[in-house]
Order: sequence, then structure tokens, then C-alpha cells
Amino acid sequence: MGKGIAEKIFSHHVGREVKAGEFVETRVSLCLGNDITAPLAIEEFERLRVGRVFDEERVVLVPSHFAPAKDIKSSEQCKILREFAKRYRLRYYFEVGRMGIEHALLPEMGLVLPGDLIIGADSHTCTYGALGAFSTGVGSTDLAAVMATGRCWFKVPETIRFVYNGKLRPWVSGKDLILHTIGDIGVDGALYKVMEFSGEVISRLGMASRFTICNMAIEAGAKAGIIEPDDVTIRYIKKRTNRPYMVFKSDLDDIYREYDCSEIEPQVAFPHLPSNTKPISEIGDIKIDQAVIGSCTNGRIEDLREASKILKGNKVHSEVRLIIIPATQGVFKQALDEGLIDIFIEAEAVVSTPTCGPCLGGYMGILAKGERCISTTNRNFQGRMGDKDSEVYLANPSVVAASAVLGRIAHPEEVLKNV
Amino acid sequence: MFKGRVLKFGDNVNTDEIIPAIYLDTISPSDLAKHCMEGIDPEFPKKVKKGDIIVAMKNFGCGSSREHAPLAIKTLGISCVVACSFARIFYRNAINIGLPILESPGAAEETKEGDWLEIDIEKGTIRNARLDRIYNTIPFPTFMQKIIDAGGLMEYVKEKVRREDV
Repeated sequence: MGKGIAEKIFSHHVGREVKAGEFVETRVSLCLGNDITAPLAIEEFERLRVGRVFDEERVVLVPSHFAPAKDIKSSEQCKILREFAKRYRLRYYFEVGRMGIEHALLPEMGLVLPGDLIIGADSHTCTYGALGAFSTGVGSTDLAAVMATGRCWFKVPETIRFVYNGKLRPWVSGKDLILHTIGDIGVDGALYKVMEFSGEVISRLGMASRFTICNMAIEAGAKAGIIEPDDVTIRYIKKRTNRPYMVFKSDLDDIYREYDCSEIEPQVAFPHLPSNTKPISEIGDIKIDQAVIGSCTNGRIEDLREASKILKGNKVHSEVRLIIIPATQGVFKQALDEGLIDIFIEAEAVVSTPTCGPCLGGYMGILAKGERCISTTNRNFQGRMGDKDSEVYLANPSVVAASAVLGRIAHPEEVLKNV
Repeated sequence: MFKGRVLKFGDNVNTDEIIPAIYLDTISPSDLAKHCMEGIDPEFPKKVKKGDIIVAMKNFGCGSSREHAPLAIKTLGISCVVACSFARIFYRNAINIGLPILESPGAAEETKEGDWLEIDIEKGTIRNARLDRIYNTIPFPTFMQKIIDAGGLMEYVKEKVRREDV
């Protein structure tokens, strides 16, 4: 049995051949914290009294969760990051106005490359696997240790390979493939493992869908998601950085799951687990109060373009609030240049500055008791977006846009056929 | 050795339930503890007596990487968490901050709310007093035992930093 991409990346960074199951301590390429996880990490870091971070260019801080600060306490948390970044001369601290949702921002800024080994104090750090990096979420104490030493401990994870064949149906995207997969294997279906995504369908996907797929690997319990770099990957990074990178290819023979994508419809995950998925033709009549398009899962320009195809010339249903959040300042600017923001405002959606906000029930669209939201975000746990008795349904951006127009969860074609 | 009363939970208890994000505007352990498990049972902090043991089914602690979750549990006075399985980041965070956690599918499945457990961490055994039954726990790998023995990751790192300085 050959090695997966993750084992090869670990072998490269450790400097010898390592196998799944081994414990290793190794230097990381980059570490990341946000306004929720970094304050705890900074407190722990300061207790070590090392006087400097291991590398000013490899510690990244992004205040993206409750920022722009939603209240005084959040503002204090952001201030801890700001002052730390200044004191330790961090090159990559992204202030409001330059920031974006961390996992959309770092790849966009060229800070992630194939072959990198990255840890972030945020569970969706697994997003960067889409670029052929090994990246995984850790807690604040791990981040503190890495900021001080540059090193982190890992159990080299086992890899399971998912193969996607066939041809995608219209309105089916990376979001639907990953929701379908999580629905199949469950929220602990890949516990402690790496999910390697491959097959002709993955090769034809653009980077946005690939990011979405790897982003949600954690929702199946995975340590990381990963996709072998190809021309699409290299084109993406070449536009952003000149730094050298390492492409590792998979030698895995075994296939854990194989899907015929021509049978996969747009998916909807019902409350209160991302694994409660149904094909959209089987959902019935589900009225909604709110719709959210954004997040580290689906807030990229390609996602906004999909939404705009549905919203152009239509109005958001009178009993629905549609909140659209471009994931970064760059995405926001691009959406403006392409006229997408006009389309959204004409449709009577609200467009926000980048923030994680509603995804984790922070702010910018909190649900009241009994309310129901369809969202392009990644989690629909009980109370995730607000009151304990509210509900979140997960779907792709075109389904969320169509649902916002019709006031109930709907297939995009239902809107387009009415035009 | 821990002895304590059991507070029982089901499958897939997630970190949004353990500590809802709305309370993540602080890193004060005692403030976090006030809202521990609020997503499932807002009365939970009042029910907990020091030394109580959380027993849960599979995938405990899934979801976000927030270390505030094990921190809230630890600060509330929970002595140990036993589950069929843990989500990966929660498991790592608990080890790193010194919250004792044990995997034991047998004990987790047969233990009920209000039972009394006696846990011998060193031997890796859990005794359910009601059933008078002893369960083995899945042992920690040697590397992780070193972190546990040091008293958590920061103590482990402190020692390494000190040695490298010398």
C-alpha cells in the first residue's frame, strides 16, 4: 500500500520517512490564530517568557470572528491581538479593512503553498488542504507552544481516499459533494483521519469548490482534507506568490468511497448535524426566515457569482432576510467590480463587510427562538446561529439564493423557470 | 484516583453546546464555566458538584477548536470525562490543558446518569459501583503520557525551552 499526500508531507518536514500512527514533533510552515482563540494562546505564550515569536513571518493573526468588534468585550479581545502583533513585529496581522475570514484570506494572500505544514487555532484550518498542504485545527495551547518554538506534536494520521467520478449536474458544487459525503460517512466517519479527495470530478473543479470540500472535512471528524495539486492549483498560487513550493502526489491504491456524481443532487443538511443530508428533491416544504451566503466555506467570488445568477432581477421574499458576506476585502472589491453587489442590493439583500459573524452565532444575523435559516456555512448544531430553539439548514450558494427568493428551501431552477 | 457522580450525555456533544460562541468574548475560566453545557442544559453549572464525572457516548467535543470548551469543563470542577470516543481537537486540547479524559466504550455505554464511578488513571480502569463492574480504558500512547505527566503542554514546553537555554 502506497503513501498518501499527508504522510509524504510529514516525511518531508520531519526529515525522514514516517508512517501513519507515528508520533512526531516537527517545525511548522505557518501558524494562525483569530480573535477568539489567540487571546488564550497569547496569555499562555507570555507565561513562557521567551521574549520573541519563533518567526515574525510565520505567525499570522486575523481578527475575523467578532470583528469589526461587535461590543466592548470583543473589542478588548481584538486589542490583545493588535498589541501582540505590534510588540512582536508580526508581518501578517490583518487589521479591519485589510482582513477577511481567515481561511479565505490566507490562500488569497499567497500565504499557503503546496507541501506546507500548517496549524491554526481554528477547526476550519483544514481548508488549505485544497492547495495540497497539510493543515489542521488545534487549540490555543498548541498555538502558544508553536508561536514560541515553531514546533508542534502530531500523530501522523491515516489517510482514506474518496473518489468522485462522472459529471456534475447543474447547480451542484463542491458544497454538495462534501455534504453528500458527510451524509454518507457521518460526523465522525473520518475521525482522526485525513480525507484525500480525488477523481475526474475533483480535477475539473475550480479552487473555490476545492476549498469548500476541504473546509468541511472537519465536519466528518477528519484531521485534514487534502487534494493533490494540479494545474488549477499551480495557476492559483502563481498569481499570488513566487515562493518555492513542493508538490506531493498520492500513491494510495485503496479507495474508501467512490461516488458517481451524476447521481448527486444539490444537498441540504437538516438540523442539527451536517450529516443529516437530503437531496433537494426530497426535502418537502420548509419555510425560512433568514438566508446567509458567506463564511470560510462559501464566501468566495465564485460563490457570490453563483448567488448572483439567481438573484439577478429577483427580489428577496418579503418574509426573509438575506445576508451576504464576501469573505475578504478582495472578494468584496471583485464583487463590486463585477456588478454583483448591485445585483444583491437591487434584490434587497444586505451586504456586509467580511466577518465570520453569523456562522457561529456571533453577530450580524442572530436567530430568534423558533426561527429558521438556510446558510452556506459549515455547521448547523443546535443553537449555532442563535437561540437554542432556532434551526440552521446547510446548502450551496445557489440553493440559498433561490430559497431567499421563494421564502422556502428551493432548487435554483424553481426560480429561473419563473423568470 | 477519581471518585465521582456521573452526569451522562449522548452522541456528538459539540463545542457549541459545551460553550456557545456568544460567550467566547472572554478568556476568564470562571466566566466560561458559568455557561458550561448551556447549549444542552442551561442549569448544568448549578447541578455540578466538584469531582463529578461527565460520561458521554461517541465523538464528544466535535466541532470548533475552542479550547474554552475543555477549560469550562475543567474549571467547573468536573474531575474527568469518559466517552466512547472523542473528537480529535477536543481530545488534544484536553490533554494539553490537563483535563483528564478517558476512552472506554464499555463504561460509557453501560453507565447511567447518577451512577458512581471510581477511576484509576494509572491502572486505566473504571469501576461502576452500581453494576460492580470494572472496565478497561484505552491507554494513552507513550508520547501523550509524557505531556500528561508534565502537567500539560505548556509545562512540557517550558521544560524543553529551559533545557535548550542551558
